[in-house]
Amino acid sequence: MAALDPIGPPRRASSWRSPRLRAWLLQAALLAAVLGAVALMFGNALDNLARQGIASGFGFLSQPAGFGIETTLIEYSETSSYGRAFLVGLLNTLLVSAIGIVLATVLGFVIGVARLSPNALIRGWAYAYVELIRNVPLLLQIFFWYFAVLRPLPGPREAISLFDVAFLSNRGLQLPKPLPEDGFGWLVAALALGVVAALLVARWRRDGAGRRWPWTLAALLLPPAAVVLAVGWPLAWSVPELSRFNFHGGMTLTPEFVALVLALSLYTASFIAEIVRAGLQSVRRGQREAALALGLPPRLVLRKVVLPQAMRVIVPPLTNQYLNLTKNSSLAAAIAYPDLVSVFAGTVLNQTGQAVEVISITMAVYLAISLAIAALMAWYNRRQALVER
Amino acid sequence: MAKRCAFSLALLTLLGSSVAVAGPTLDAVKQRGYLKCGVSQGLAGFSTPNQQGEWTGLDVDYCRALAAAVFGDAGKVRFTPLSAKERFTALQSGEVDILSRNTTWTASRDTELGFDFVGVSFYDGQGFMVRKDLGVKSARELDGATICANAGTTTELNIADYFRTHGMKYRPVVFEKSDETVAAYDAGRCDVYTTDRSGLYAQRVKLKNPDAHVILPEVISKEPLGPLVRQGDPQWFDIAKWTLYVLIGAEELGLTSANVEQQRKSSQNPEVRRLLGAEGSFGQALGLPADWALQVVRQVGNYGEIFQRNLGGLPLNIERGQNALWTQGGLMYAPPFR
Repeated sequence: MAALDPIGPPRRASSWRSPRLRAWLLQAALLAAVLGAVALMFGNALDNLARQGIASGFGFLSQPAGFGIETTLIEYSETSSYGRAFLVGLLNTLLVSAIGIVLATVLGFVIGVARLSPNALIRGWAYAYVELIRNVPLLLQIFFWYFAVLRPLPGPREAISLFDVAFLSNRGLQLPKPLPEDGFGWLVAALALGVVAALLVARWRRDGAGRRWPWTLAALLLPPAAVVLAVGWPLAWSVPELSRFNFHGGMTLTPEFVALVLALSLYTASFIAEIVRAGLQSVRRGQREAALALGLPPRLVLRKVVLPQAMRVIVPPLTNQYLNLTKNSSLAAAIAYPDLVSVFAGTVLNQTGQAVEVISITMAVYLAISLAIAALMAWYNRRQALVER
Repeated sequence: MAKRCAFSLALLTLLGSSVAVAGPTLDAVKQRGYLKCGVSQGLAGFSTPNQQGEWTGLDVDYCRALAAAVFGDAGKVRFTPLSAKERFTALQSGEVDILSRNTTWTASRDTELGFDFVGVSFYDGQGFMVRKDLGVKSARELDGATICANAGTTTELNIADYFRTHGMKYRPVVFEKSDETVAAYDAGRCDVYTTDRSGLYAQRVKLKNPDAHVILPEVISKEPLGPLVRQGDPQWFDIAKWTLYVLIGAEELGLTSANVEQQRKSSQNPEVRRLLGAEGSFGQALGLPADWALQVVRQVGNYGEIFQRNLGGLPLNIERGQNALWTQGGLMYAPPFR
């Protein structure tokens, strides 16, 4: 029996020799050092600002800005505050990023799929696109669109007219602008009703024999048509007209905006195309062959079998591209598009002179936008991930 | 201890505020052996490199005068071209000792940014340039125009004020560099180019067809341009200020680069004798050699010479106007040297 007795409690090792404790202490020391350094820098910056007599604090945000901005999504005038100017810049950044992300994704997926096309010509073009676009620096591409393509367009008086409702000139693209009138809300509601009805009809007819689409179409169009008959067409158009200097009325897509969106989305699309291609190639051939053997048409094979599996590989690096695009939108400052960097970290910084505050806010905003995009994509990725059973 | 110092130093540099900021600038400049002067990236007549690659212009010559005052050698200066957006941060962080970059003296810049304006080296006002074929005769006709301007300047604020005052609308297109702004205007992106009138004349020379453009008669603002230094170093501020006054005073006293040596020996005018260091201890009070003002005038010339060299002659042909001496109906005035 005695032989089976445990040897007795192990001797307590000296606490210094416990690897866990050592690791913990090391981490704590490092954290303290980092926090200390940050505090030192912060205090030092405040001291220096005070000593040089430079105003500090965030009070400037409520003072009137006193300068104009061309592209604004919200109400803004010269009497608005610096805080408002900040919002205008932020929204312009978000606008360019959002449009850029959508366009880059659509184009990237199309080209990524085309890279694997059985048609050699399509494959070749897609390959050429990717290699050409991703290997030229983005700033040069922005300059190309802005200086080489959009700037040589004719002036507003010799603008290229598209059916006399849209005009292209070196001041940008002038488009007619819809002006909602009374009853527009009803039309939107009726359209929503139509969509719901169409979905229901499609579901109901799914198993039935005969054609499905006439019923669906009727369900979609009937409610809006009824509203239009009842209240009349509730949408007027403001068409751009040439006045002494510029076009008035309608809406303007400035050359700065167009150049930036084009360059950002084309550039990012070339990277997304490669990610999509890699994702598609990561799905084993057997999957496609099995689907074809079951008699699925090739279009459905891609959509229902290959893509869903490829998405698991595509989404994480796709997130990176979205983040890159958003941050790259700050190159707007190079071509006078009033984004956050241009308006806030440019004009506002220079008018107030409060570099530390303005740059901190700008960095925090980009961080927040990026984290938000990353969180959204992580959520989508979790939904797409394989469910282990 | 040394390690800790190095650590703090690294942090200070990280924050862009060097230690030199706190100490007297004059000592730092002398120790370094040359003056660091912030100028514009290219504005004809004010600061622009000539064909030999040397900086020339009114703003540049002021810095040369300051170098002559400190070192007795107008060549001991290095120029840093700065955009309108970079200029204030460059001075605040100690990257330059003095900013001489056609910068408008305003209350908020003087008080909130931690600067002291040395004085006025050029009295200017903002104006507009348009194409002749638009048929515009007055700035009051500019309602609805697209206007090219420089980001982060008083110009940007003045157009906003002007159009608001007159109930007119405009579309601003602002670029960081003045070259980009001018190029955009020349390419027809804007109907109007606005900046200080001296700048309009200087930039018009660079346009593809200068004769196709006209400068409108309105002057919509006061733009007193001058050099500025960091606040908190009274000695350096005084040196910069009196260097400017020496240039103006020398013109008033009839001292030129050609006759100043001889005037020091022969002049009986007590003010000239005090200025040139033949009497009194004016230089010593500033921490400079006794002959500092003599060197300034001998090497760089007086204000009138500088003006004529850079602005008055071809191709700009800018008139003295407000920049003439007070004795000739202008605004240039130096306090007495006594």
